[in-house]
Amino acid sequence: MNGMFWALAAPLAALVAAAVAILLSRSADLQRRTVCGLLFLSALAAMTGGMEGMLFSPGKATLPIGLPWLPMHMRLDALAGFFLLVIGLLLSAVALYSLGYLRQLADRRKLTTLYIFLPLFITGMQGVALADDAYTFMIFWELMSVSSYFLVTFDHEQETNRKAGFLYLLMAHLGALLILASFAVLYAAGGSFEFDTMRVAPLTPLWASVAFLLALGGFGMKAGLIPLHAWLPEAHPAAPSNVSALMSGVMIKLAIFGFLRVVWDLVGLEHTAWWWGGLVLAAGSSSAVGGVMLALQQHDLKRLLAYHSVENIGIIAIGLGLGMIFAHYHYPRLAALGLVAALYHTLNHALFKGLLFMGSGAVMHATHSCDMSRLGGLIRRMPRTAGLFLIGCISISALPPFNGFVSEWLTFQAALMAPQLQGTLLSALIPFSAAMLALAGALAAACFVKVFGVVFQGTARSQAANDAREVNNWMQLGMAVPAALCLLLGILPVWILPLIDAVPRSLIQASLGASTANWLWLTPIAQERASYSPLIVLAALLIAAGMFLFIHYRTGEKRRTSSWSCGHPHLNPRMQYTAASFSQPLRRIFADLYRPQDKLLRSDHGHTLLVKRLRYQVHVPDLLWSYLYLPIRQFSEWLTRRTDWLHHRPIHAYLAFTFVTLLILLGLLL
Amino acid sequence: MSLWLWNLAEALLMVGLAPLATSMVKIFKARLQNRRGPPLRQCYRDLAKLFAKQPVLAEQASWLFRTAPYVIFAATALAAAIVPVILIATPLTAAADVIALVALLALARFFTALAAMDVGTAFGGMGASREMTFAALTEPAMLMSIFVLSIAAHSTNMAAMIDTVLSSGMGLHPSLAFALAALVMVTIAETGRIPVDNPATHLELTMIHEAMVLEYSGRYLALIEWANQIKLLLFATLLLNLFFPWGMALHTDAVSMLIALGAWLGKLLALFVLLAAFETWMAKMRIFRVPEYLGLAFLLAILGMLTHYILEVGV
Repeated sequence: MNGMFWALAAPLAALVAAAVAILLSRSADLQRRTVCGLLFLSALAAMTGGMEGMLFSPGKATLPIGLPWLPMHMRLDALAGFFLLVIGLLLSAVALYSLGYLRQLADRRKLTTLYIFLPLFITGMQGVALADDAYTFMIFWELMSVSSYFLVTFDHEQETNRKAGFLYLLMAHLGALLILASFAVLYAAGGSFEFDTMRVAPLTPLWASVAFLLALGGFGMKAGLIPLHAWLPEAHPAAPSNVSALMSGVMIKLAIFGFLRVVWDLVGLEHTAWWWGGLVLAAGSSSAVGGVMLALQQHDLKRLLAYHSVENIGIIAIGLGLGMIFAHYHYPRLAALGLVAALYHTLNHALFKGLLFMGSGAVMHATHSCDMSRLGGLIRRMPRTAGLFLIGCISISALPPFNGFVSEWLTFQAALMAPQLQGTLLSALIPFSAAMLALAGALAAACFVKVFGVVFQGTARSQAANDAREVNNWMQLGMAVPAALCLLLGILPVWILPLIDAVPRSLIQASLGASTANWLWLTPIAQERASYSPLIVLAALLIAAGMFLFIHYRTGEKRRTSSWSCGHPHLNPRMQYTAASFSQPLRRIFADLYRPQDKLLRSDHGHTLLVKRLRYQVHVPDLLWSYLYLPIRQFSEWLTRRTDWLHHRPIHAYLAFTFVTLLILLGLLL
Repeated sequence: MSLWLWNLAEALLMVGLAPLATSMVKIFKARLQNRRGPPLRQCYRDLAKLFAKQPVLAEQASWLFRTAPYVIFAATALAAAIVPVILIATPLTAAADVIALVALLALARFFTALAAMDVGTAFGGMGASREMTFAALTEPAMLMSIFVLSIAAHSTNMAAMIDTVLSSGMGLHPSLAFALAALVMVTIAETGRIPVDNPATHLELTMIHEAMVLEYSGRYLALIEWANQIKLLLFATLLLNLFFPWGMALHTDAVSMLIALGAWLGKLLALFVLLAAFETWMAKMRIFRVPEYLGLAFLLAILGMLTHYILEVGV
C-alpha cells in the first residue's frame, strides 16, 4: 500500500504543479522554481513508488472519480513500477535542467502555457502506467497526447511547428482509435473495462489476433515504428528541448508499456500465434535500420536525434519480438531474456536520449541554431556540455563500458538462442534481424561521430557558434544526472538486472533466475554460454588509461602551431567536412534506398574552369512519405470530394438520412 | 591466480610482438618485390623515436584530441588481452566475449574518427567519414561471421568456440567455410591492408586510416601506430585461433605451452607470407568499389548463417 501511496503522489504533485502554474503566472521566476520543484518531487515520488512496485507484491487502489459506475482503478505491479521508475529517473534530470533552461527561455516570452501543459503531460504519462481499467488508461493516454500537442506547438508562430503539431495530433488520435478498438475486442470478450476481467476473458484465436494487430498498430504509431513513424521527426524537433527529452525519452516508451500491458498481459502470451513475434521482429528490424539510415542524412540536430528514437524503438521491438517468439515455442526463460533485454534498452534509451536532447537544447540555447552546418568547435566554448554530450554519443553507439552496449549485448544473446527453435521458418528470420541489429549499431556509431565531430569539433562555422558560451549550472546538472546513470548502468548491470527481472516474473511467470545473481559476471543464460563482466572491462580500461596519463604528465611539454594545410596559406572553416559531406559515401552506397535529390548550381567567368561560385544542395526525402502517406492523403481527399454533395442538401434530405441511419441501427439491434 | 598471470603474459606478448609482426609483413613484401626491406628492429626504433619526440599540436586541438590516443591504445590492448593466444581458456575470455571484442575495437575506431574531426581539416573529416562508412559495413560482417561459429558452439565465449572447433573439426560444417571467407575479407578491411587501404601511403586521395591520423605527432602518433600494429596481430591471431586452433594449449603445463607458442608463431609466419604475397599481387581498389567488397563479406557471412540453419541444425 505504501508503494501505491508514492505512486499516486507522483501524478498528484504534477497536477498541483499545473494548478500552481496558473496561480503564479504573475511572477515568472517564482513560477519556474515552484513548478520545477514540484516536478522534481513528483519524480522522486515516482521513483520511490516504482521501486516498491518492482520489489513488492502488486498494490491496488480505487479512486472515487471518473464515471459513476466505473471508478478509476489503479494498480502498481512490477511492469507499472518499472515504467514509473523510468519516468521518474528522466523527469528528475529534466526538472533540474528546466530550472536553468526555462530561465533563458523566459527572457523572450511568457511561459505559462508551458508550465501548465508540461505537468499535465507528466500526469498523463504517470497515470497511463498506473491505469488498471481501459477507461482510466484511455483518459490518461489522451491527457498525455493532447497536452503534448500543446507543447509541440509551443512555438506556434512558426508555420512548420503548427503543421508538425497537426500531424502529431492526427496520428496520435488515429493510434488512440486503434487502441480503443483493441480494448473493445477485449471488452466484448469479458464484458468489463477492468483489466482484471480482461486478463481472464476467453478469446478465440481469431479475436486474439485482431486485438494484437490493433494494439500493434495503435501503440506502434505512438512509439514510431516504421512505417508509422512520420509524426516523430516532425514533432520532436518542434517542441522545446526539455519537452523533446521527455517525449523521446519517456512518452514513446509508454507505447511500449501499453503494448506490453495489452498484448503480453491482457491478451496473454498463451494466445500467441507464431507470426505475432515474427511481425514485431520484422517491424523492429526495419525500424532499427531505417531509423538510423534516415538519421544519418539529417542536418538538423534535433531531427537527427528524433530519427534515432525510431532506431532505438526498433531495437526494443527486436527484443520484444524475440521474447514473443520464444514464448510461443514454450521457452519461458528465453522469453524472459528477450523481455529483459528490451526493458533494459528502454531504460537506457530514456537516459541517453534524454541526455542528448538536453544537450541539443544547450547547443541551441548557446548558438540559437540546431542546423549542423552553422555549428562547430563548441568543445572549446562549452567543454562541459561537450563532455556530457560525448557520454550520450558513446552510450547510444553501444560502446563499452557504457549502458547502450549492455542492452544490445543482451539482445544479441537472445537472438543467438534462435537454434533452439529447430527448423522453423522463424529461426532463419532471427539471424537476419541480428544482422540488422549489428548494422544499425555500426551505422549509429558513424552517425554520432558525425554529430559530435561536426557540432562540437573543428572550427566554428558561424559567428553565433564562435560566440557560444557554456550554459548555466542547472542545465549542466540536469545533463550530468543521466550521464552518470549511463555509466552506472553500463558497469553495474548485474545489480540492476535482478530488479528488472521482477517484470517477467510477474508478467509471464518466468525469470532469468539465479543466473543473474553473480555480482561480477553478467551471465544471462549460463556461464559457459556467454558472460560479460563490465567491471573488469572498466578496470582494465582505467588501469591502461591511468598508466598512460602517468606517462602523459611525466613527459610534459608540447608545442602548439597552426594545423597543416598542404601549403595553402589560408584555412577557413568552410573547408571542413560538413554533415552533408560526412554522410556522402553512405548516400552514394545506398543511393537506391535514399534517392537523394541534389542540386549543383554553378556560375563561372565565361569558362568552365574559371569558377565563380559553386553551390551544392542535397536533400534526402523519407521515401515512405511519397509511397505511403501521400497516397493515403490523396485517397482521403478523393473520398471527401466524392462525398462532397452530401454537404449541401435541403433540410428534408438530411431528415431522410437521419431516418435511414436510425433504421439501419435498429436493424442491427434487432 | 596463475591463470590471470598467464593471461597477462599473453597480453604483454601480443602488445610487445605487434610491431615486430608489422615489420615481418613489410620484410616479406619487400623480398617479394626484390627490395631489401627494413631491418627487423626498425619498428621498435621508430616507436622509440616517436615516443622521445616533442609532440606538435594544432592550435585548435581540444582535450579530446589529446586523450583519444590513450583511449585507442587502451581499448586495442584490452581487446588483444581478450583473444586467446596460446592457452585456450584464459580468464579474460570470460570477462568479455566476441561481441565485447568487436565493441572494444569499435570504441577505438570511434575515438580515432573523433580525433580526426577535431582539428577541422578536410583530410581529417574525409578519413573519418570513410572509416565510419566502411566500418558500418565491416562490423556487421565481422559479427555475423563470428556468430556462425558461436551458433555452432552454442556460445559467444571465445574459449568455448575454440573448443568446439577443436573437438568437431571443420569437415562437417560447410557454414564455417563461408564464415572463414567473410572473416578473411573483414580482416583485410579492418587492418587497412591492400585492396582496401594502403598502409604504406601518407598522401593519397584514396587513403582512409592515414588521413585520420595526419595531425598526430610524437608520442600520440606512436600510440596510434602501435595500436594499429596490435590490431593487425590481433586479427591474425583471431582468424588463426578461431578457425585453425590446432596446437593450442588446453592446460598450463610447460610442454603444451611451448608447443602452442611454436604453433602460434608458425601459423602467424605462414599467414603473413600469404598476406605479403597477396598484397604484392593485388592492386588497391577504387574507393567506391570497397562497399561492394564489404557487402560481399556481409553477404557471405549471412549465407554462412543460413547454411548453418538449413544444413546443420540437428546434425
